[in-house]
Amino acid sequence: MSAPILWIALPFIAGVLILFLLGEKYSAYIGGAISVVLALTALFIPIDTALLLGGLSLKIAPAIDFFGRSFELSTADGPLLAVIYGLAALWFFGTEASGTAHRFVSLGLMIIALLTASIAVEPFLYAALLLEMAAMLVVPLLVPLYQRPGRGVVRFIIYQTLAMPFILFSGWMLAGVEASPGDLNTTLQSGVMVTMGFAFLFGVFPLYNWIPQLMEESMPYATGFLLWALPTFTTIFALGFLDRYAWLQNTPQIANAILFAGVIMTATGGIFGALQRHLGRILGYAAIAETGLVLVALGLRSSEIVNIIFLTLIPRGLELSVWALALSIIKRKAYPLKFSDVQGMARKYPIAASAIVIAHLSVAGFPLLAGFPSRLALWQELSVQSLIASFWVFFGLLGLLISAIRTMAALVMAGEDSKWEMNESWAQVGMLGLGVAGIFLLGLFPQVLQPFLSSLPNLFDHLVQ
Amino acid sequence: MSFEIVSWISVVLILVTATTILVSRDWRISLGALAIQYLAAFWLVTRHLPFAMGSVKLITGWMVIAIIGMTRLSLTNLEQNEQDAFYPRGASFRVILIGIVAFVAAGATPRIEAAIPGLGLPVIAGGILLIGAGVAHLGVTSDLLRVSLGLLTMLSGFEIIYAAVESAILVTGLLAAVNLGLGVLGSYLLMSGSVPLTSPEEEDLL
Repeated sequence: MSAPILWIALPFIAGVLILFLLGEKYSAYIGGAISVVLALTALFIPIDTALLLGGLSLKIAPAIDFFGRSFELSTADGPLLAVIYGLAALWFFGTEASGTAHRFVSLGLMIIALLTASIAVEPFLYAALLLEMAAMLVVPLLVPLYQRPGRGVVRFIIYQTLAMPFILFSGWMLAGVEASPGDLNTTLQSGVMVTMGFAFLFGVFPLYNWIPQLMEESMPYATGFLLWALPTFTTIFALGFLDRYAWLQNTPQIANAILFAGVIMTATGGIFGALQRHLGRILGYAAIAETGLVLVALGLRSSEIVNIIFLTLIPRGLELSVWALALSIIKRKAYPLKFSDVQGMARKYPIAASAIVIAHLSVAGFPLLAGFPSRLALWQELSVQSLIASFWVFFGLLGLLISAIRTMAALVMAGEDSKWEMNESWAQVGMLGLGVAGIFLLGLFPQVLQPFLSSLPNLFDHLVQ
Repeated sequence: MSFEIVSWISVVLILVTATTILVSRDWRISLGALAIQYLAAFWLVTRHLPFAMGSVKLITGWMVIAIIGMTRLSLTNLEQNEQDAFYPRGASFRVILIGIVAFVAAGATPRIEAAIPGLGLPVIAGGILLIGAGVAHLGVTSDLLRVSLGLLTMLSGFEIIYAAVESAILVTGLLAAVNLGLGVLGSYLLMSGSVPLTSPEEEDLL
């Protein structure tokens, strides 16, 4: 057995089988269980190390050749795979509660498999193609056959497709830069190419206009999954780029461009989020602001980049899954999620309403919640580098805090005679409760992430030096 | 020399078909032009890739056209009458747009050839023309079929140039999968909204 077959081919095939063979009822459990098994395998069985189980010798080979190129997952990838499949399991178990189980789980497994392939493929530049394929698979999740596609989904697919040529060309040009480092023209051109490619992939200002549109026109749970999965793997891809071409990060102009792109995203995401009156759009802007924070971390000239980024990315999966699940529960009764529609929902759906507010506060970096430790670590590094950037990041997070308070105000704005009820199902209460407990756990005891955070920097040797 | 002439004829074909796709209101003509465009792109791709790998791109392109064409054919007249919301809609505006793209391609081609020797002027010109035409198309439409055509045009331009610098089988295969995926996605988005929420059997029961 080789690692790419286990963590790429197997979940992909499982996704296809679930799509064609399984009904709505079992797909969430089976998809979630497969993800849990893969996460635990990644956590406890080291890749490329022989294990003796009784009389049986077990070894997971790290690489497999495919059409003349290889897919490789090393020992250092183990904790990353555990995090990815662990968070994916959370999303898949949540589909049962959100009522989107069947296609979500099957396509979700295929998407995660393709995204895992993007971190395994050698040369790593081909990841751009796999990210594009994963982006295309997301579309059926966002637009059911009975729903007319809106502009958000069209813009999403256009931007993701435009990103791919830029990244592939830039990779080829960067190889040229390595061959002749003195050629400033090629350096500049390749820098512009790679910046444009990642600007489209990350949805850097103003290319993120599809995110709030998509949140308004599509199912919150599916869009939340997209906003977790694609930026997470794009970040890992970007880290690979910075690790492979160390001069990119050592060039002050490029590092500053990444940093200020992140600052602008965080500030505008927070400010625009504070001005919204639609819960879905608020989630979209919060996700934009958080992606901005990741970019800020990528632009830091510090050896702590990888730690800060993963400290941001791991809670992000939890926050977005809880937030999106709670929104999809409320959306059934309060379509289309405008403030006027959700007034007083805290009395009818108290658990879902609380989960929305807690996840929102966590994204805003509220103390004692999962998002707080990463914001604190980021500020600590950023303030040394630029106080102005720190101020604008703070301003963006303040915007998110304001939108959280506005959301809370809308949710609790009920008439005096309305009674408290609990309309969530037990599955929904269980999933939301688990997620909220996780948000508090990661906020109060961030050291639980230490086993992962201590090994993840091994993936990017040059960045942590 | 004769190969060079055929390559330049391919570039002219690309310019004509790209203009046709951008200007024509009839989806049948647009898809026909796209099919010819793939033939011209195939010729330019085979300047740097083996015939077999180049033909993968041609066959994939034609498969995509078949997928989109069959989907479009199955849609009702009501949906076919939908107008693009983008202004200005005039054919002259679009011809001017392609003219600008052609001028940009003419200006950029010798510079790129100087920067990356060995690609060949027709290959660069054809690639830049298609990328420009595709992006221009995406800029002036929100119609799902036309967005798909714009993306496919842009992508085939990229493939012509990228084939000159990267000849890995995996890349060719993945690019073919991306092209097919875009075709299927375009068809899916064209279909979505036309399928009722309940099946006919369920409607009978109701």
